[in-house]
Amino acid sequence: MDLSFNAKERAFQDEVRGFITKNLTEEMKRATALTPSVFSDPDIGMAWQRALHANGWGAPGWPVDHGGPDWTPSQRWIFETECARAGVPNVNVMGVKMVGPVIIGFGSPEQKNFYLPRILSGEDYWCQGYSEPGSGSDLSSLKTRAVRDGDDYIINGTKIWTTHAHHANRMFALVRTSDGPRQQDGISFILIDMKTPGITTRPILTIGGDHEVNQVFFDDVRVPVANRVGEEGKGWTYGKYLLEFERGSGIASAKLREGLKAIAELAESDLTGRAIDSPDIATRISEVEVDIDALEMTELRVLSALQTGQNPGAVSSILKLRNSEIRQAVTRLGVDVIGHDALAVEPMRPLYKLNHEPATPEEMLTVVPEYLNGRAYTIFGGTSEIQRDIIAKMMLGI
Amino acid sequence: MDLNLSDEQRLLRESAERFVAESYDADHRRKMANDPRGFSPEVWKQFAGLGWLALPIPEEFDGLGGGTVEIGILMEAFGRGLVSEPYVATIVLGAGLVERCGSTAQKQARLPKVADGTLKLALAHSERAARFDLAKVATTASRTAQGWRLAGSKIAVLDGHAADEIIVSARIDAHRIGLFLVPAKTPGVAISDHERLGGGRACNIELSDVNLPEDALLGDGSDALPAIEWATDRAMAALGAEAVGIMQVLLDTTLEYTKIRKQFGRPLSANQVIRHRLADMAMQVDEARSMALRAALKVDGEPVERARAASGAKAKIGKCARFVGEQSIQLHGGMGVTEELEVGAYFKRLVAFDTLFGGSAHHFGRHAQLGRAKLPA
Repeated sequence: MDLSFNAKERAFQDEVRGFITKNLTEEMKRATALTPSVFSDPDIGMAWQRALHANGWGAPGWPVDHGGPDWTPSQRWIFETECARAGVPNVNVMGVKMVGPVIIGFGSPEQKNFYLPRILSGEDYWCQGYSEPGSGSDLSSLKTRAVRDGDDYIINGTKIWTTHAHHANRMFALVRTSDGPRQQDGISFILIDMKTPGITTRPILTIGGDHEVNQVFFDDVRVPVANRVGEEGKGWTYGKYLLEFERGSGIASAKLREGLKAIAELAESDLTGRAIDSPDIATRISEVEVDIDALEMTELRVLSALQTGQNPGAVSSILKLRNSEIRQAVTRLGVDVIGHDALAVEPMRPLYKLNHEPATPEEMLTVVPEYLNGRAYTIFGGTSEIQRDIIAKMMLGI
Repeated sequence: MDLNLSDEQRLLRESAERFVAESYDADHRRKMANDPRGFSPEVWKQFAGLGWLALPIPEEFDGLGGGTVEIGILMEAFGRGLVSEPYVATIVLGAGLVERCGSTAQKQARLPKVADGTLKLALAHSERAARFDLAKVATTASRTAQGWRLAGSKIAVLDGHAADEIIVSARIDAHRIGLFLVPAKTPGVAISDHERLGGGRACNIELSDVNLPEDALLGDGSDALPAIEWATDRAMAALGAEAVGIMQVLLDTTLEYTKIRKQFGRPLSANQVIRHRLADMAMQVDEARSMALRAALKVDGEPVERARAASGAKAKIGKCARFVGEQSIQLHGGMGVTEELEVGAYFKRLVAFDTLFGGSAHHFGRHAQLGRAKLPA
């Protein structure tokens, strides 16, 4: 057993660092640090995606013949860790990490040829049409309906919590194409051009003051049948496959560590009157750090198992749960560390383009919005309660 | 980076688990609980035969040259069986300190005997007034014409009653703690042993004018505090692995019970509140496993990083252990509180783990303090 990296892996680490130094501009870095929502806005995120793509690193998880870099699990770990340390933009995952693998796994040759290069290059910007107002955790009860009309489907219904729908030119969606005996049957996976007539988008502001999610309405929207991925009625299988990717990308600890580091630096600074001198704050920082250590070790154990072709089992739910809970602990700590500065509300967005002097130092601007928006971490991608159900069922057999 | 077990490590785990499953069953544990020795000399001989006593001892002293990861593999299996043999006292603490601090002659005289099972050691360091502060030693070592004279009181000496030789810490002067090799039968050494929470035994030791020869001092007389800190961190990593084994048994047992036990016409495990509790328990066992491994892998690294990993593991595993232990009893209902099931015995060993060398609050505090030591004031 060995926690350290070998010479080849260290050389790769240097390569990643070199790439980041060359491509990460101060503007991108500052914008990322001042973004209190999950993903960077497209101007920042897609600039980074283009730089990655130009270097052949646009889609680390994809097979080589579709443009993946053929990294080992260790290399992916190093890449993600170095990116987190440097504070690179958080590229919207809907394209590369979500719809991409589904198209690769189940799409037609035409779909692969058309969509995959456009995901890699950042030419297309994707959003995810899963949840509905009446279908949250019970996702397969979804009611948005696609009715066959010649070579088209006509879609009616609504999707909610659609991240970056206001930026996206494409959506992948689960829609009901028939009513089977089980509600999971009769769902199809479909790719929709967001400019199609009949689609309207309503912004939803989250409690941190950010516009990241939306509700999308479909009113007699015509989508070619050729835009369906895989078989009609098998969408639930494809959708679940994708959720595995959403939960178990598996390398979250490095980002959590950077988040905690930012809070610890504030706690050690005169800006907070050295909050760390309170033993309670110092101990809580340690408690969260230790939680991150545990998560990191679990991630590395999973990577090691993957490296030898073993199946790590239902651990992706554990990783998702712990990542979301620890992230909330970090943001909660942040609010306590900044003290009275937590009272100041900055309503303007984006925070990196303010045209006035904010009420608090810039380092604190995201603290409260991140805490408030961060309540969503244990809700999206399957609530913590759903994850516990999965752990009980898959790991414990009950 | 590779955290998979090697073939040798896998074999070690299999043989240790097999031994515990076949030879260290509930009957054996019940017998041990009533045995005034707290362990079985026959089992100790078996450990020697299996090479487990020689495991972490260097090859030049008839050992197998294994590391903390191998100790952890063994300890996790020991945890599954609530093994009460003095492995931590003799092998992890005792032999560890002899190896780290001793002269060649001191090592040669002891380590081969430890490896073949004919010498048992213990560490007498803790004192009542010191609480968990390893630097606080009131026991004194003064110079005599023949060597040294020790005086003081020690508590919580793990398995000291079983040891042939006890390593006693004593203050030589304001800047130096020394470690002294004290044969258990030395005049002036009064050992009173007591049953230990969760199995095994521990001792209070009174040292009244204990005269020792010159070569009783382990090593060269430089301050032994860094070595004591290292040995304690190493023991915490080992005990953390043992706690993981204990927690796994409690989780498995509780899971089985909730499937069988029916109330209101259905198994307990059909209730979501129970399933989620068990999911949390499973998650905490997994976190504890990660932390024990992490501490083991960092034992021989840079001291501050090692100490933070050990304290982090101790604190985190302690928290997980309390949760898993307390919930195991809760989900067993009234029977969980009785001596008729083994759940209580496993729980008590976890409480002992959490207490030994300082609880979670102490170790989160140490972790925080060491973290700040790295930063400019």
